[in-house]
Amino acid sequence: MMGGYGDVKLLKDDGSRLDGRKVDEMRPVSIQAGVLPAADGSAMVTHGLNVAVAAVYGPMEAHPRKIQRQDRAVIDVRYNMAPFSTSDRIRPGFNRRSREISKVTAESLESVVLVERYPRSKIRVEIEILAAEAGTRCAGITAASVALADAGIPMRDMIVGVASGKIEDTVVLDLDKAEDNYGQADLPVGILPNTGEIAFLQMDGDLSPEEYELAMEYNFKAANEIHEIMVEALQRRYDGGEA
Amino acid sequence: MSQGQAGAEQRLVTPGMAVGSSAGKRAGSGIIAKENDFIATQLGWLRERNNTVSVDPINAAYMPRSGDLVVAVVAEVRNNLWFMDINGSFQGLLPMSLAPWKVEFGAARQHMDVGNVVLARVQEVDECHNVVLTMKGVGLRRLNQGAVEPVPVQHIDRLRGENNALLQRLRDVCDARIMVGENGRVWIDASLDGIALARKTIRRLVAEGHMTTFDSILSDIESNKKGDA
Repeated sequence: MMGGYGDVKLLKDDGSRLDGRKVDEMRPVSIQAGVLPAADGSAMVTHGLNVAVAAVYGPMEAHPRKIQRQDRAVIDVRYNMAPFSTSDRIRPGFNRRSREISKVTAESLESVVLVERYPRSKIRVEIEILAAEAGTRCAGITAASVALADAGIPMRDMIVGVASGKIEDTVVLDLDKAEDNYGQADLPVGILPNTGEIAFLQMDGDLSPEEYELAMEYNFKAANEIHEIMVEALQRRYDGGEA
Repeated sequence: MSQGQAGAEQRLVTPGMAVGSSAGKRAGSGIIAKENDFIATQLGWLRERNNTVSVDPINAAYMPRSGDLVVAVVAEVRNNLWFMDINGSFQGLLPMSLAPWKVEFGAARQHMDVGNVVLARVQEVDECHNVVLTMKGVGLRRLNQGAVEPVPVQHIDRLRGENNALLQRLRDVCDARIMVGENGRVWIDASLDGIALARKTIRRLVAEGHMTTFDSILSDIESNKKGDA
């Protein structure tokens, strides 16, 4: 693992990955809705070794007033990685990466939330990454979607965050830490599973058009699987009489 | 909505879920029409009544409407007005001209201070969510005693029942004065036992309301009370 880019063997001879998964296999995902009693809506997503907790507050009056929009609500997202979320301690507080992820998450959520229902308001979304192992922005956006639904915020659809990428010239679904660090490409996507629309798409590295098509095929397949888990989590919270 | 709600038969829907064809039906709250389908926009129980499909949300914020009776708490006092917490996204404004007393400029605090609870009515709401309250009207007053119990706004209609029938039964069984604010706050004035019983009953409605009817919860409480007597 120490040799750097190109030196690391990420696929076994039988074609499987280092953790034993097939190329189109996702890490195990579990979701729990309503984990924080003080929030209007909340959710915890465990995706492989990633643990993301999202809390939603509002809609509330937007402060400071300069951020108010007279015709719609603004979504204020704060993504943060806990200092103990990785093997090297992370310096607490905002940094350039967390600002970027907060911004893309807010913009993608604004595309599904019916923001025009709440003029001059703010919907605050807090995403805290408790444990990180590649794919935290996807886990965070999935958690935020479930938390928004749990808070009763009207939305056109829920966004599912998934990623695929390329290792050793092979397209694989859901990169783990080693694959993310030493792989050739990473393609995180926010998918609206009911409509098939894409709310955000980022790409790190290079993919040919054919590889991109395959990566997106994997992403859509995984998004549908995760969406079922999201719906089950919400139904489990309320259908069982825990409302 | 009335007590005729059989929660166990209802279907829980999540945002983005297709809930059926829109042919010959109208989209109610929590539903948008897309091409020939209805799509749920909120987490809640699907309801179809009078050819209208809607979602009874499990959680929802209070959206004030003109004419709503609200239980408000004074949040800020200025020389000539009060800012009221109405359990919504925005505070309501009560100008001294709409208070039930003759208020001198600068003397607003002598009549109501921060933390006081009042029964008020929403006079006006504009498209930017500016809310003006009034306390001029029959029964609108400062609430000097009793307790305030929060109730999710989506349970308010269920708590009242048709023509306030269930609310009246609750008042009778708890021997209490109860005022239900549209903003998800219920004011209860009774003996300590009465307040405790009313709170217990309301909390049970909130917890079990989607699985049973308030009617059956009340009957249960009434029979328990008779048994105790």
